[in-house]
Amino acid sequence: MLKITDLKKVYPTGTEAISGVSFSVDQPQVVAIIGPSGAGKSTLIRCINRLVEPSSGQVMLDGTDLVTLSKRELRKMRRRMGMIFQEFNLVDRLTVMENLLSGRLGYVNFWKAYRRKFPPDDVAAAFQLLDRVGLNGYQDTRADELSGGQRQRVGIARALMQQPDLLLVDEPTASLDPKTSRQIMRIIVELAHERGTPALVNIHDVGLAQSFSDRIIGLRQGEIVFDEATTSLNADVLTEIYGEDDWSTTIRKAEDDEGEDRPEDKSKKDNSLVREAVTG
Amino acid sequence: MTPSSEAQTIQPLKWNRIRIISNPRVRYGLILMAVGYLIWSTGTLELDWARINNGLPRAANMFARMVPPSFSRWELLVKGMLESVQMAFSASFIGMVLAIPLGICGASNLVPRPVYLVARTLIILSRTFHEIIIAILFVKIFGFGPLAGILTLIVASTSFISKMLAEDIENMTPGQLEAIRATGASFPKLLLYCITPHTLPRYLGVSIYRMDANIRHSTVVGIVGAGGIGQVLAASFSRYDYDFSLAILLTIITLVFLGEFFSNWVREYLR
Repeated sequence: MLKITDLKKVYPTGTEAISGVSFSVDQPQVVAIIGPSGAGKSTLIRCINRLVEPSSGQVMLDGTDLVTLSKRELRKMRRRMGMIFQEFNLVDRLTVMENLLSGRLGYVNFWKAYRRKFPPDDVAAAFQLLDRVGLNGYQDTRADELSGGQRQRVGIARALMQQPDLLLVDEPTASLDPKTSRQIMRIIVELAHERGTPALVNIHDVGLAQSFSDRIIGLRQGEIVFDEATTSLNADVLTEIYGEDDWSTTIRKAEDDEGEDRPEDKSKKDNSLVREAVTG
Repeated sequence: MTPSSEAQTIQPLKWNRIRIISNPRVRYGLILMAVGYLIWSTGTLELDWARINNGLPRAANMFARMVPPSFSRWELLVKGMLESVQMAFSASFIGMVLAIPLGICGASNLVPRPVYLVARTLIILSRTFHEIIIAILFVKIFGFGPLAGILTLIVASTSFISKMLAEDIENMTPGQLEAIRATGASFPKLLLYCITPHTLPRYLGVSIYRMDANIRHSTVVGIVGAGGIGQVLAASFSRYDYDFSLAILLTIITLVFLGEFFSNWVREYLR
């Protein structure tokens, strides 16, 4: 599916953000990328869809090297990669429906896009996704009237409107409170598994990464220092990634969370959705 | 916990606010220079009270001849007024259209550096000169009449609206642009789904403000011969028809009021 070989990015300032990263994702799994600030997590994920131009290396998506593509070919490939952002990055003055449909921009012509005439299948898919992320009835609300959690739900739905073969997720929860963060992560992970879409998720919250990912990649100063199943993450590994500290609480806390969260999971989620819908 | 006596002795007892210019000699020197220049310039410009005194009775005479305003030549008045409004409206609309490409090219976050520099240079150049100076230029080139006036107002409107538009685009959060680019959208679609929704309310607001301003400017550019009511006003002054001048001034005031009222109403509605 995705195969990255010896990817490097040196910024014009001379900073080497990522220095020779290689890994591949060959099954639909959720891969959490963790590491300290400045380790190159954001750069790495943006080099894949070339919002940041890589300096060298290969990014193969289903046999196509993204790094060498022309602008036009790149746009075609970008349609196959959905991206979810830390600051949600919705177009504030457009409605929720318009934001969702913007995920199909790569597929409709200019005039259809201008007149908001999207194919019926797209509109149906949008309504279905809206329902799936718990925003039923919000299609005509302007994006700037939503709460943070609701905005990220729209962000997720927009990315999935592209019917992507790969999800690129950049710190999806960093602007949200802990509880909303868990809800958002759960939605991303569930949808990724439902649709068999692999997801790369940058996340600085180790607890969340542990609870929701299948595999963890640890970045430190632009290099991969850990790449294994989530279950093998331990204090030694965290020391390797972040440096010396007392990691026992971080890991234990994550496990505790899991214990208390899972049983009442269903009711909690439903309640909060209703509450958000009422206050939203 | 009580603070230790040792810690207390370390605290400084004096605190001075930070001045913009920290050196007092430089600070007071600059103030002295400014005051000196003020005295020197009022002295050399012959601002003398005698002349102001002599002017006062002349002003009284002029105002006396102004009242009551004479609307007897109302055809001339209406014709000039309509011409001014036509100039203002057509110049505003043409300016609005021309400002879109210029504004987009003047946004550093959208276009390559050379395009940006060319567009910004154009905008700055056309903003360098006051409308009156541009009007004088166009009257010299195209002769007296409303053509010169319209061209003047088009130049002024285009540069004003495009500068606002360019700055509004530059103030966008890069995230929205990034997100729409990440869907595989081309540049025209980026304009459609990201830049238009972001800039439209302000663009319309600025354009309407400009229409209101153009009504005011259209009355002024006529004074240098570029058509409209200003030209009629200038003629009435030079013929000492002060009562007619007052009639024109009152009409201009009414029109500008109406224009401002209209533009406020529309902008309120857009918000």
